[in-house]
Amino acid sequence: MGYEILGLPMAYYIAMVLKVLVVFVFVLLTVAYATYAERKIIGHMQVRLGPMRTGWHGLLQPIADGVKLFFKEEIIPSQADKFAFLIAPLIALVPAFIGFAVIPFGETIEVGGYKIPLQIAAYYDTAAGKVVDVNVGVLYILALASVGVYGIVLAGWASNSKYSLLGGLRSSAQMISYELAAGLAIVSVFMLSESLSLQKIVADQANGAWYAFKQPVAFILFFICSLAEINRTPFDLPEAETELVSGFCTEYSSMKYAMFFMAEYANMVTVCAVTTTLFLGGWHGPGFLPGWVWFIAKVYFLIFTCMWIRATYPRYRYDQLMRLGWKVFLPLTLLNIVATGLFASF
Amino acid sequence: MASTEIMTVNMGPQHPSTHGVLRMVVELDGEIIQKITPHIGYLHRGVEKLSEHRTYHQAIPLTDRLDYLAPMSNNLGYVLAVEKLLGIEVPERAQTIRVILAELTRLKSHLVWIACHALDIGAMTVFIYAFRERELVMSLYEKISGARMTSNYFRVGGLSSDVYDGFEKDVREIIDTFPGHFDTYEGLLTKNTIWLNRTVGNGVISAEDAIDYGITGPALRGSGVDWDLRRDNPYSGYEKYQFKVPVGEKCDTFDRYKVRLVEMREAVNIIRQALDSLKPGPVLADAPQVTYPPKEKVYDTIEGLIHHFKIASEGFPAPEGEVYQSVEAPKGELGYYIVSDGGTKPYRMRIRPPSFVNLGAIEKMAKGSMLADLVAVIGTLDIVLGEIDR
Repeated sequence: MGYEILGLPMAYYIAMVLKVLVVFVFVLLTVAYATYAERKIIGHMQVRLGPMRTGWHGLLQPIADGVKLFFKEEIIPSQADKFAFLIAPLIALVPAFIGFAVIPFGETIEVGGYKIPLQIAAYYDTAAGKVVDVNVGVLYILALASVGVYGIVLAGWASNSKYSLLGGLRSSAQMISYELAAGLAIVSVFMLSESLSLQKIVADQANGAWYAFKQPVAFILFFICSLAEINRTPFDLPEAETELVSGFCTEYSSMKYAMFFMAEYANMVTVCAVTTTLFLGGWHGPGFLPGWVWFIAKVYFLIFTCMWIRATYPRYRYDQLMRLGWKVFLPLTLLNIVATGLFASF
Repeated sequence: MASTEIMTVNMGPQHPSTHGVLRMVVELDGEIIQKITPHIGYLHRGVEKLSEHRTYHQAIPLTDRLDYLAPMSNNLGYVLAVEKLLGIEVPERAQTIRVILAELTRLKSHLVWIACHALDIGAMTVFIYAFRERELVMSLYEKISGARMTSNYFRVGGLSSDVYDGFEKDVREIIDTFPGHFDTYEGLLTKNTIWLNRTVGNGVISAEDAIDYGITGPALRGSGVDWDLRRDNPYSGYEKYQFKVPVGEKCDTFDRYKVRLVEMREAVNIIRQALDSLKPGPVLADAPQVTYPPKEKVYDTIEGLIHHFKIASEGFPAPEGEVYQSVEAPKGELGYYIVSDGGTKPYRMRIRPPSFVNLGAIEKMAKGSMLADLVAVIGTLDIVLGEIDR
């Protein structure tokens, strides 16, 4: 235990690896069972049962789906750009998962005399007596969201299929329209917390009210923009089945298709986690339950909301969605920033 | 300036939203549609030609398979045409039951329309709800005719058999639930901003253009033309019932949506009136040279058996001449034009399917709009390929 690397005790690194493992497995399981939950929840909203055959009430369905996709034949279209075609699913999947690195998912716990914050990219500074985390956490998440788009755009372009191309085009247009509004919506949160560190933002909300109450406009706009960024209904244009067959992933099969699928659900989990952290008080909640339970509960509630929206709403048209992003959301977020600024300075 | 190129996309015949095997070659500038060329014929079965080699009774099952979402309406048009050719009067009970079933068929067809139209625009839940209600009508079909889709229930001169005991109660039970279901669909769609965004101003076709293209049915009424064969050229006793004929104003997809929803509510009205006026009586015309004898006679007497055999194997001769009869099918004017040379089989049978004619206007309606609008236009035209290809 006496070893130190770069001035930090060994236990810090062990804890880090453990946290990565736990979070990764948690997100992976959530992703797998989000597909199941989606089918079940929407199923029950639509007076049907959803999966029932594989295991008790279809509980093994995600595993069966995974195994099936794993053993499917890999098809690479002969006209496709092979390198881009193969790398695109990775570009989509990896950012979807690593976004979790900066999200605090629970209070600091104490193991064997060491204080360990439940956030991957953070450690407990004993000298200062506080948790130190990435001071630009939100920026990191926004950056990753932008990188993820490249996967979709590349997939659409590399497939050399017209439907895929249209899907990729729609996706890039959508991202540009909504990233800006989403980013500006969070600015008002920074203005209140005066920090980009997610630890600080969560701590601020624990002391005062949740930012969802202080910044309701920003909260709603950010959540809607996030739905658009992760291609969820009513903004699921890049893969609009009834128009573009499957959009950007039309030509994908086997595990490559599964990777896009996982990326989509992992993005949903990440976005819901970010929304929880920024607006719903993060892991804070009444003390009778540990912080991480509250965190998971809030994230799952938001995921449920996403599915609920999917069962309710039709789909926007591509130009209407752009109009909404540029002409409605962007001015609203800017107004919100001005209002917050005026409010904060007086 | 960068040079641009028109992209040609082949939509169908295997595409999720072409409602069957329609193939369209769409020329796109970005996502803006420049040209649409529909290609049909992937479901061609030669119904018109086949019926030249069938007796008049044997052609009825072929008509089931035209618009397979509304089999009874197809049957009705055909038997009415043959009855007109023969000059047979159908008993009142048979007429009323035909109206009840034709209106149930309208409900069944419109339910599929609202389901698929909503699904094409992305509203998944309406799809499942509408199919749940359609199931009620299908079960009733099965109870009456033994088949859920290809009913083959009407006969020249009446019905294949009288309805079962408790039919009226069953129909009342079903239609009493319907207005509530329509409210559910409307609750999910009518005031939904996204739905309005997608349908208002989409697929506009003016009244003049609609008439020029020969569009009929809800698509024509959506363009503001007050024309309904049930009221303007009544058949099978439709003149006895009171019903509204809804018309649209803005000639767009949303108006056609409203028209069809009102039509569904009116269909429920018509069924109620028809049930009230349903009296016991014969369901087959008194025309032994045309109609099959009752089953008791066939099984118990040699004369009945011979009679049945003659009608089934040889058919009945129809007087020389030609006849056109059209009905207001759920999708528009469904017409049968039959030429008889005096034999037991039609010399020529020509079917005027509403979907085929309505599909002709697709380019007019979708040109200059976006690819996503094309899907909405296909949905609002409510085409069925079984009828287009015949």
